[in-house]
Order: sequence, then structure tokens, then C-alpha cells
Amino acid sequence: MGVKVRIPTPLQALTGNNAEVVAAGGTIQEVIDNLEAQYGGLKERICDEAGKVRRFVNIYVNEEDIRFLQGETTPLKDGDEISIIPAIAGGA
Amino acid sequence: MSHVKGLKCRECGRTYAKAPIYVCEFCFGSLEVVYDYAAIGKTLTRETIASRPPSIWRYRELLPIDGDPTVGLYSGFTPLVAAHNLARELGLREVYVKDDANCHPTLSFKDRVVAVALTKAKEFGFDTVACASTGNLANSVAAQAAQAGLKRVVFIPADLETGKVIGSLIYDPQVVAVEGNYDQVNRLCSEIASKYNWGFVNINLRPYYAEGSKTIAFEVAEQLGWRTPDHIVVPAASGSLSTKVWKGFTEFDKLGLISGARVKVHLAQAEGCSPIVQAWKSGRDVIKPVIPKTIAKSLAIGNPADGYYAIDMLRASGGDAEAVTDDEIVDAIKLLARTEGIFTETAGGVTVAVARKLAQAGKIGRNESLVICVTGNGLKTQEAVAGKIGEPVHIRPNLAAFEEALEKKTAGVG
Repeated sequence: MGVKVRIPTPLQALTGNNAEVVAAGGTIQEVIDNLEAQYGGLKERICDEAGKVRRFVNIYVNEEDIRFLQGETTPLKDGDEISIIPAIAGGA
Repeated sequence: MSHVKGLKCRECGRTYAKAPIYVCEFCFGSLEVVYDYAAIGKTLTRETIASRPPSIWRYRELLPIDGDPTVGLYSGFTPLVAAHNLARELGLREVYVKDDANCHPTLSFKDRVVAVALTKAKEFGFDTVACASTGNLANSVAAQAAQAGLKRVVFIPADLETGKVIGSLIYDPQVVAVEGNYDQVNRLCSEIASKYNWGFVNINLRPYYAEGSKTIAFEVAEQLGWRTPDHIVVPAASGSLSTKVWKGFTEFDKLGLISGARVKVHLAQAEGCSPIVQAWKSGRDVIKPVIPKTIAKSLAIGNPADGYYAIDMLRASGGDAEAVTDDEIVDAIKLLARTEGIFTETAGGVTVAVARKLAQAGKIGRNESLVICVTGNGLKTQEAVAGKIGEPVHIRPNLAAFEEALEKKTAGVG
């Protein structure tokens, strides 16, 4: 068990071209650390030097933006679906 | 002949070859088109521009295409209306309306960006184009793709105004109405874009597409006699348009087509969806997404992709940012119609209302020149004003009935 994480195209080279992977963790922060343990190099792409999610990365839990939840400390449960999506899209 | 060198990440500076990509593979920063300005400067003169047909393509050296334009050949070069009546109402001397309410072919400024995006889509060899849209973009993609012979899929929030839904359906695209707000449509489209090999104009074609917005600045400068106005008020949803308007003026300056880009670019949002204005006013460098709640649906993006760059633009140009209520938006739509005979959609109500607010606050001086961007047409958002304007006098078809009605009217009864 664990959570499902959808990986954006630019990061799929790090996950063996998998668009969806399974990770463990009770919060977003823990899932990011778990992803790093499984796929080295992934964390520095999602987070800045201070370990915060980069401002041009949006993370969603079951389609809800984590900034509307509890950010990196948003609690997760088995079966949750997480999407990591580049922020730069849409509008004009 | 192309003057585009490639793409460059605005955050970390990594460079990329021209391709349908939109984010830096390393840091997720946005990619910006890099031009060879030295080469452009050798050939592009005021005379060359002025000798070309009146469309966005008269500035083609500053647009990111490699060959000749193939789509949207009549888009742009909309009137810059000298708005004397509106100026009087605002207490200003020199006010202009950049009137994209009659842009070809779908009556909004999106025709500019889509002309560029679809020309680029054809260069990249896509047979299907798509977009996430609050309405105007969907209309323009549907129409211009029809003319260009491209398959077309447009994604919109399910609660859009009827005029904007019909304004897409008529061009026979696949319209996908998503149960959610624009930000949810956009997130879905980002996932679809990574799975399907389609040209999403505002996702994988976004670096090229967004450049089309610069043509508003180019046209304003040319129409003012090769100079910038003191102020320009631009509506903001994702924030991209405001950054590109500023970029357009600075490019003209860099190429010597105008002397100095001394223009304050002001940003206008609806209070019910004003994440950029809130960030600007708070002075903090964090843009907090919001759940939009406003009649200005074309500006209802709660999670603005270019918000940070819009803030940078405000600092660079010396502009300000303001938000207005739905009532102020409706008043401003009516004000523009009453004074200048221009019927704008809600986004134009937002810019006119913000211009009024800035003038009242003394941020636009009486003797300074002002351009207000009107980016879309009121016939598409009739719901916003229905019931808030007059209504017809109903009469039987004879003279007596008319005169009776007229009497009531002059007596203040009817």
C-alpha cells in the first residue's frame, strides 16, 4: 500500500519513464523524501535548496492543491493520489 | 527567415532548442523565446513596419515563427480609439482605448496569441490543437484551427457564459466542458498534454503563444506616433499579458523604434479573483492561489502561472495593481458603452474601472496619457449586464401608441 504519485514528463527520466509510481509517507514531505530514496535526484528537482517545494511546482492531493490544504505537511492516507504538475501553464 | 535562437529558462538560465516544450526540465521555470536582436535591428525599421498590412504580422521579426505566417493573417491592428468622452468622465486629458473587442476573427485579444500559436503548431507538424480556456481562447482556437484545417479540442469550465460556449461550438471543435473552475481545467489539461501529442496552445506551445500578446504594445506605440503612453491598464488572469505588454515596449526601445519605454503598466483584476493584486499590496513575494468568485469569468484564474513575473513587471515599469468589485465592473462596462460606444465584456469593465480608481487616487495625473486595454467583446458576456440596463418600451404599431409612450417617458413615468 501507499500513495500513487503522477510524475510530470520532465521528471520521468528519473523514474525509469514511469508516469505513475507508488510511494510511502504520511505527509507530502515524507512522500518527497521517500521518492528521493527510490529515485535519487528527484527531490532537488521538486524542492529548492531550503527543501521547500519550488514556486513553479504545484502539488495536488486527490485533485486539491496542497496550498489549500496544509502545504508540505498535508496528511496522507493509503490510496491517496498525488499529482506533481509544473505551474507554468494556461492563461495568457 | 527566423530570428529565434532558442528557448531559455527564466529561472535558471538553461537553454533549449526550439521545440514544443514549456518548462525547464531542471527547475520547472518557464521558458522564454530568445531572439537575435542584433540581426533584427539591422532590418526592422519604422518604415518597414508601416509599409506592411495591418495585422500582428507587420511585427513578424519579433514573433517566434520560422517561416511565413500561415494562420490568423487578419488578426490584430485594432483601433486605438481617442476616448475624449471617457477622458472627461475620468478627469483626464488624454485617454485611449485599445479596442480588441473587434479583433479578427473572434472579437478578443486571444486572436493575436492564437495566430502565433497555430502558425507555430503547423511548423511543428501537429495535426490537432487544443487549449484550456475561460472562453475567449477556446473561441479563437476553434475558429482559427477550422480555417487552418487542424483538428481542435477545447476545454472549458462547465459554467461559462452561453455566448462563449456557442462561440466555440459553431466552429465544430470537440468542446469538453469540465465540471470545475479554470484552475481545475488547467490542471487536467497539463496531464492530458503530457499524454497526447497535441499542440496545446497555452501549455506546450505557451512560450510561442504568449509572445503574440506583445503586439498590443507594438501597435499602441506605433499608433501613438512611435512613443509610449505614460500609463497603460492591462487586465490580468494568469498575468502573462501584462508581462508581454511591458516586454513589447522594452523591445521597441531596445531596437530604437521608440526612444525610451517610460510607461507605467498597471495591472487590473476583479476583487473576487485577485491573487496578483493581493500579493502586490501585501508586499510579500508569495502568491496565494484563490478560489475565484466573480462575474469576470475570463479573468477567473485563481492560480496565476505568471503571477511572479507580473509582480516583477510592476516593479520594473513602476506600475500599480488594483482590484474592483463586480458592481464596479458592471458600472464601468456601462460607462464605456455610454461614453465611447464600445461594448466590452467583463474584462474590459475591469480595466476601465481600475483606470477610474487609479485616476481618482491621483496615480494617473490629469495631464498624463493613458491607454486602457479592452480585450474582449460584450456580446459574449451578456449575462453580466442583463437586467442592469434599460429595457425596450413595448407599443402597438401605431403613432398614437408611440406618442403615448413618449409622453410617459418625458414625464419620467416610463
